[in-house]
Amino acid sequence: MQNPFRSEEAAFRFVLMTIGYFVLIVIAAAIDTWLGVAVFVVLSGAVAWWFSLRRTQSPPPVKQHPAASPPSEHRILVVANETVGGAELLGTIQEHAGDQFVRVLVVVPALNSPLKHWVSDEDGARDAAQDRLFDSLTAMRAVGLNVEGEIGDGDPIQALEDAVRTFRPDELIISTHPAGRSHWLERGVVEKARERFDVPLTHVIVDLDADRH
Amino acid sequence: MTTVEGAHEHGDHHGPPPIHYSSRVSPAVLGMFLFIASEIMLFGSFFTVYFFVRVVNDGVNGQWPPPPFHRPAFVAGVNTLILVTSSFTMHWADTSVKKGNRRGLQGGLVLTVLLGATFLLTQVVEYHRLGFNTSDTSFAATFFGLTGLHGAHVLVGLTILTVMMVRAFRGHFSPEHHHGVELAGIYWHFVDVMWIVVYVTVYLL
Repeated sequence: MQNPFRSEEAAFRFVLMTIGYFVLIVIAAAIDTWLGVAVFVVLSGAVAWWFSLRRTQSPPPVKQHPAASPPSEHRILVVANETVGGAELLGTIQEHAGDQFVRVLVVVPALNSPLKHWVSDEDGARDAAQDRLFDSLTAMRAVGLNVEGEIGDGDPIQALEDAVRTFRPDELIISTHPAGRSHWLERGVVEKARERFDVPLTHVIVDLDADRH
Repeated sequence: MTTVEGAHEHGDHHGPPPIHYSSRVSPAVLGMFLFIASEIMLFGSFFTVYFFVRVVNDGVNGQWPPPPFHRPAFVAGVNTLILVTSSFTMHWADTSVKKGNRRGLQGGLVLTVLLGATFLLTQVVEYHRLGFNTSDTSFAATFFGLTGLHGAHVLVGLTILTVMMVRAFRGHFSPEHHHGVELAGIYWHFVDVMWIVVYVTVYLL
């Protein structure tokens, strides 16, 4: 829902809508009290429906074409959270690296609860993400990968967007839990990333339970 | 973002990326939400009291307000027109500054301040003519409480608008920089919306 007081113009429009809303209710109530109640209910419902419709009809994202990386190196941007240390992910990165000179940037979004997000309490989320990232970087460096790491935004798409702007990757790798256990898959993160970024994207599914056995 | 392994070079990228607040809520948006939330709670508490008193007293001869009180709906209606008109002049001022029309900005702000002052003055005069005071039954207390609370908001709005008007005559604001006028306009429209709700609730229904 958009804030009706986000700008003077929007606030003025809200004034006009408020006038129209109450004029109709008052006229109906003047005719009959219950008619006024009915108009109130119908108008309020219509307003709620209109707001929900506006929310679902958000415009499609603008496709981003990151600038080319230096020709001497191949850049891989990896976005992962709990699966950042998974064997499948490590294998995929090694496979994609091949014999090229590769730079890998691992971004771990600082996932947070909506309440903590709204009150800007993200210290715990960032600490947890940093611990995961540290372990992951240690594992990747142990197999000889040229890798760096960052803590990203709590929204994985936003974290990707931030990193794409500065890192200018040649390819993206998104690592998730298997379907049914992955919040990112449920939210369509991989599909949204494909829509938004004009960069080859690989989706790696990491089954941490299988890894442990 | 936080770089874990120290600053890393990203090729020939010049300067930091543009700042964004995606990790946190933008201060302007959060501030406006908190302001609106606090105002809704404030007015909501007054409306709750008003409706409670009304429901409790509805059985007294089925009349509202209870005799011998009456609500000056006509004068308040004229006052409503005045305040609604001031929203139009405020919007004119804001539109003018965006187009670089200084005369329009000054004229719009002067008219808005005059109309707002007229509204407040009319309300004060009407208070004196009502024939009852805050201590005369719960209806009178809630009536003065709600309309007075709104009047206080108008006073704050007028103060802000007066400052903006003086600044406009001193040559401040441009099509690129007019944040003060924008925020004053948002506040004024909010005050207008609240009055419409108060007027319909207290005077008409």
